Amino acid sequence: MSLTETSLQTSATPLGRDDLARLVAKDIAPGSFVNLGIGQPTLVSNYLTEEQNITLHTENGMLGMGPEAKGDQIDEDLINAGKIPVTELPGASYFHHADSFAIMRGGHLDICVLGAFQVSATGDLANWHTGAPGAIPAVGGAMDLATGAKDVFVMMTLLTREGASKIVESCTYPITGVGCVTRVYTDKGVFLTGSDGVSVRETFGCTLEELQELVPVPLKAAPAAENAT
Amino acid sequence: MLNFVDSVQDAVAGIKDGSTVMIGGFGNAGQPFELIDALLECGATDLTVVNNNAGQGDQGLALLIKEGRVKKMICSFPRQSDSWHFDAKYKAGEIELELVPQGNLAERIRAAGAGIGGFFTPTGYGTMLAEGKETRFLDGKWQVFETPIHADVTLIKALKADGKGNLVYRKTARNFGPIMAAAAKHTIVQVSEIVPTGGLDPENVVTPGIYVNSIVKVAGSAPAAGTNRKVA
Repeated sequence: MSLTETSLQTSATPLGRDDLARLVAKDIAPGSFVNLGIGQPTLVSNYLTEEQNITLHTENGMLGMGPEAKGDQIDEDLINAGKIPVTELPGASYFHHADSFAIMRGGHLDICVLGAFQVSATGDLANWHTGAPGAIPAVGGAMDLATGAKDVFVMMTLLTREGASKIVESCTYPITGVGCVTRVYTDKGVFLTGSDGVSVRETFGCTLEELQELVPVPLKAAPAAENAT
Repeated sequence: MLNFVDSVQDAVAGIKDGSTVMIGGFGNAGQPFELIDALLECGATDLTVVNNNAGQGDQGLALLIKEGRVKKMICSFPRQSDSWHFDAKYKAGEIELELVPQGNLAERIRAAGAGIGGFFTPTGYGTMLAEGKETRFLDGKWQVFETPIHADVTLIKALKADGKGNLVYRKTARNFGPIMAAAAKHTIVQVSEIVPTGGLDPENVVTPGIYVNSIVKVAGSAPAAGTNRKVA
């Protein structure tokens, strides 16, 4: 094993959901406008610091979204994309749905963080529909976020419950967007995707070689500059 | 022509069978529950309904679907943990679904109100939701042609109206209100307060009264903090 490969391992064990959320939060540049979708990625908000000065966007029409509302703070007119009651921060703004999606579609959001069923070697995303017979499809804002945000980060476990890699040569689930994913944060490593294939920024609880045994697309170590974040 | 009507029943009385009805709201926020209840009561059927979702729980749009009044839903996110009435109708083949990415839904509604005959967008390119649609390589990206969604009637909820029909909304309950108000031939608004003309700061008007046809006051339809109606 080369020194480069050994140095990719930054954790002795796979990362749990919260540790992964903490890592994503740390990687978000100060001053960014960010959309955290629904579900697991919303954990990232727990680890954003005041110094980072991040503004959170929610697709239902708000910038400057605060933490989840508790007790008397709960107001049915103030919810997030997951329809969970939230709070507003000083400097928040409200706008209608077409404006809210123009913020995504017009390329104004710096980063969105989404969950995924699969990500392909070239950054195609599948996260909205299993395609199973009888499944009721629901897409919401996933395609707009995937296509519109400057950077699309995915947070997911690397393997399905059956042990199959969710990073694949090409998606077998219906896709959400073509070539849109730039980074994939998983419990076993951070992957950078692009037109020149998949590189690995860091690994958790395994080496690059061990990771390669799990993932059916060629992996390479990311250039050192990519490790700087 | 702007009318102030006395009851939600009067407000929806003219809605005909077979109409396309836009209903505001994202989840429960901004959903005009009282107008939807009145629509159910008035018996109009064979409706095409445009909403972000396909009803939640046992209220509002979910009941309209349960009672078989909706032949087609145009929405972005029908499947939710409590969308059992839609789920049952869909699985029984008793309701048609046009699934639209949420930004396309909003922009298609906006386009209708703005007199735009269609537009190209990268959203959905290469996905099954763009199958059969015209595509072009524009501005460095593959884009998909999308058409406007017009409606016969819009039902929305706002916080306040003035005597000219100008509207202001409350927090994320604004959502589809302003764009749906412009996209229908007849826009019906329930508000919790009607103020005299001049009672709204013109700088803060969100929906100008030109888009509004009927206004009905529904007492207590805007919640105060802490008065949570079932949040999904």
